[in-house]
Parts: sequence; structure tokens; C-alpha cells
Amino acid sequence: MSATTTTTAPTSTRPPVADPPRSGSRVPWRAIFLALLALLFLAPLLWMVSTSLKSTSEVSQAELSFLPQNPTTEGYSTILGAPQTPVAQWFLNSMVAATAQTLLVLVVATMAAYALARLSFPGKKILTGLVLATLFVPPISLLIPNYVIVANFGWLDSLAAVIVPGAAGAFGVFFMRQFFTSLPLELEEAAVLDGASRFKLFLTIIVPLSRPAMATLALLTFLTNWNDFLWPLYVLFSPDRLTIQPGLSTLQSAYTTDYATILAGGAIASIPVLILFLISQRFVIEGIARGGLKG
Amino acid sequence: MATIATEVATSTAAPPEERRHGRRAANSDPAVMRAGKGTALLFVGPYLVLFGTFVLAPIVYGLWISLHEWDFLLPGKPFVGLQNYIDLFTPGSPTSEPFWSSMRATGIFTVLSVPLLMVLPLALAVALNTKFRGRNAVRAIFFAPYVLGVAVIGLLWRYLLDPNVGVVNYYLDQLGFDRIPFTTATPWVWLALVVPTIWWTAGYNMVIFLAGLQDISPELYEAAELDGANAWQRFRNVTLPGLRPVTIFVLTITILASANLFGQSYLITQGQPGNETRSAIMQIGEEGLRRFNMGSASAMSTVMTLALLLISLLSLSLLRERTPTEKKR
Repeated sequence: MSATTTTTAPTSTRPPVADPPRSGSRVPWRAIFLALLALLFLAPLLWMVSTSLKSTSEVSQAELSFLPQNPTTEGYSTILGAPQTPVAQWFLNSMVAATAQTLLVLVVATMAAYALARLSFPGKKILTGLVLATLFVPPISLLIPNYVIVANFGWLDSLAAVIVPGAAGAFGVFFMRQFFTSLPLELEEAAVLDGASRFKLFLTIIVPLSRPAMATLALLTFLTNWNDFLWPLYVLFSPDRLTIQPGLSTLQSAYTTDYATILAGGAIASIPVLILFLISQRFVIEGIARGGLKG
Repeated sequence: MATIATEVATSTAAPPEERRHGRRAANSDPAVMRAGKGTALLFVGPYLVLFGTFVLAPIVYGLWISLHEWDFLLPGKPFVGLQNYIDLFTPGSPTSEPFWSSMRATGIFTVLSVPLLMVLPLALAVALNTKFRGRNAVRAIFFAPYVLGVAVIGLLWRYLLDPNVGVVNYYLDQLGFDRIPFTTATPWVWLALVVPTIWWTAGYNMVIFLAGLQDISPELYEAAELDGANAWQRFRNVTLPGLRPVTIFVLTITILASANLFGQSYLITQGQPGNETRSAIMQIGEEGLRRFNMGSASAMSTVMTLALLLISLLSLSLLRERTPTEKKR
């Protein structure tokens, strides 16, 4: 593994601590215990999927079975066809918002982090301190004033409100700066001696080296935005403007206890993040092990 | 907060060669870092605009709003000085009872959930800190609920805990127990908030503990074993002290996350019974962004922010107390 990967993924390259030899029995108690617990953790998700494939009447009948008696996609077609709860539109809105915010964070935070890690300019120390200090600021203190600010921009009930303000958080800058300071300076020294412009150097040397870190940041940003609930719940209100999480919260009042339909909505909202997690779980888990998700 | 974890992780994980470079870059600004002011501005400018508008400005603006009778929908927003704060601390005022009862609900939830969110993830991490087949899969399963949004968690558990058609009550019924009104009656509502939260976030804490465990030198375990320490003694005398900074970090972020309780009580218990499980964030959101009394809502935010900052500072000082100086920046 190259030096670059080592710096982004310190935990992966180190072997787990050797199992201290246990005395006594050959029965793999640890494995059995963990397997049972894993099943318990998986159970709610499995119930969500199985319930979403039941008919409305089966969900409310007295006799309950895990597997649907007559598997049906009724719940999915109900929820996808209902004009008052446009799940497909919410899904699309969330895709657009999460993707746009991720791109914005990747560009803006990476450039700022590079300057804070690598360029000397007046006020750099103060700025770095200020940005990092805001990691401690509880998000609740920003809720009300940001609502007023976003309203003044005319962004209420539009996707801009769930894309732009969230990209201002310090997490991305903190995360990338941490990575940049771990890169050896020699890489840039050669390019500077060759007379390359700073921006070209950034694009041709730094960005390619930073791909693993940027991928992790992109994943964490996408997940956070996709799952954001409090902020979009208040700044979006037209049924066709909602993102998926606040949209889901309206299903309860629309379908009361028709859980087959409600959980079909829940399953639709979970699919992208679960797929994303399955294909990239190493990045997600290591990103969190190293810096914690924002908030 | 996050700085601490990474500091802890990188100070032990990064090879000394790279650490030296990192330090050099941070302190002495060698020639390679010199760039025109224009260049630097080009790089930080776009972020600065966002940061100033949506982080720095609102911090000040929120304090300003809290000094006014700020009805979002009315043109006049009279200055009232500290009146909103005085009201919060005056028993019997329209804002004080709802606010403190929501703070109480948040406090109860925090006290109930945090210990479990420390012990269970630590146990999982210790159990997973060894090589066996399927280790990564098990780790991924414990972590998976965390990637779901709170709205999905809310709907799902609302179903599982439903008094009439829910899965949990079905099995209670089958086993001969009475059905339990998890989402509408105390003390069950606390269970309906705490259990889903543990299921949702235990994997997150586990992952951080696991990273901390892997930074403990295997030699320490070998030495302890040579001294004849049993598994419990090794855990007590090697694992726990080695995890001290990580534990304080996890404790802090868990307390802060629990204090931010919103989605679970909004969706699962809907604040019931009465307003018993209405959280502080929910109260602030309803007061400021549904009823548009932004002045009093901002005052509530400030009080809550100060409480949370106090917790952060306390844990920072805990961390400084016995951390060797060489690990500090």
C-alpha cells in the first residue's frame, strides 16, 4: 500500500490486536454471541422490508408473521402514485440537494483547507482558530438566525436553503486540513521550483493525492445531507418541494396506521444510503473513526 | 471536539517521518508556502463568504434577535433588552414552563441513554477487536442503522412499538403479557425514545472505540499477561486507561448528541403524553419557526447553547488533566 493511502486510512493498515489466548472451552462463545446480536440489530431493518411487501390488510390482522403471506408491491405503488405524498419527487429533490451540497463542499472546503494548511497569508492563524472553534458551536444556536437569513435571500421553500447554508460548516475544512498537513512538503517544493502556478500545482499534484480523503468527505457530506431532518422540516413546506426525510414525516398523518405503505416509503428512502454504505463502508467507518461526522 | 479524536488517532498512528513534516508545515512557514495575497484569497475566499454568512453572522444575529420581541411575520420588532431571558427565568411566564419542561425531558433522555450508549458500544468494540471470519460484516451490521435518517428510524419504530398492530406488542401478547402503550404513556415513552436511539447510534460510538483500541500497543497486553493478569484485569488495567482520551471524547459527543434530541420525540412519541417528551430542540423549533416568536426562541437557544458549551469545556479540561504534554499541539 502506498504512503498516501496509509495517511488516509491509518486504522486499516494496522492489524487488529491479536486475540489474547483464552483458556478453557472450544465453543466459540464470542462468535455465537456476536452473531445473535448482529441478527438482533438487523431485525428492525428486515421487518421494514418485509412489512413494506405485505398488503394493507395483512399488516393490521391479528395473526402476524415475519414473512409476507402474499408478497405484494401494493404499498410501493400506493406511495409512488399518491399526489399528496410525492415520494418520487422528494427522492429526486434529496438527490439534487445532497449531490449539489457535496460538490460545493468538495470544491470550497478543499481549497480553503489547502490554503490554511499550506499557504502563508496574513490572518491565517486567527482564521484557522476561528474556523476550528466553530466546531464547538451547538447547531441549535444557528437555527433561528439562519432561518431569517435564508428568508431574506428568498430561499424559503427552495432547494437552495438545504444546499448552501449546510456547506458552510467547519467540518469539511477541518477534515481536509488535517489530511493536507500530513502530506510531505517535498511534493510541492519540486513543483514550485519548476515555476508551476499555485492553482495548477493544487489541481495536478494535491487533488490527485487527496482522492481517498475527498471521497470520504464526499460520502459523509452526502449522508449527512440526505438524512438531515430538522432544518428541511422547517425551511421547506410545499408538498412537492420537500426532501425525503421531512417528506416521510408527513406519511404518518397521511396513512395513519397503514404501515405497509408508510414503510414502503421508509424503504425507498433507505435504499440509496444503504447501497452507498455497502459499497463504501470502509471509507465511511474510517472517516468516522478519524474525525466523527459533523454535528 | 473532532480535533481531539484525530489528534489522539494521528499522534499515535502516523509514522514519525510524516509527523515531523506536519509539524514543520504548521509552525515555520517555509519558502514553499509563500504565495501572493491574491492566491491565498482565491483559495479561502469562497469558503469565507459561506462561513461568514451562515456561521459567524448567525451567531451574532441570534443574540441580537434574542434582545427583541421578534415576530417574524410582523413589521415592528421592538427592542426589549433582556426581557426574553428574564421571562425564561420567571416562573409562571408564558415561555418559562414549556421551556424548562422541555429541558427536563431532554435531560431525562440524556441521563437514560448516555450510559447505555457508552457501555454497549465499548463491549461491542472489545468483542470485535480481534481477528475472526466475518468481523467486517458484523462491524458493518452494527453500524448500518446509523446511515439511516431519523425520519426512517422514527416511522420504523413507530410501527414496531405500535400499541395495536406493532411487532413488539404482538410478541408480548403471544408470550402472555399485556400490551404496552409504548408511544403514549410514561414511563414507556422513555423506552420508546431510548431503545431506537441505541439501535441507531451504538455502532457509531463502537467504531470510535474500535479505532481507540487499535492504538493500544499489543506489548502492554503481553506484559500484563506475563504478570499473570486475567482477562478482566487486562481490561481494567490496560484497555480502560489506554482508552481514556477516546472515552472522554465519545462521552462528550454522546451527551451533546442526546441533548440534541429532536426527530425521535417528534416522530415516535410526538411529545406525548401531554408535552412530557417534547425535547428542547422541538420546543425551540415550535416556538420560533411555527409560532414565529423568534425573540423568545432565540433566548431559549442561547440558554441551551451555554449549557452545551459548558459540557464541552468540562470535558476538554478533563482531557487536559492527565494527557501527557507531548500529545498536545
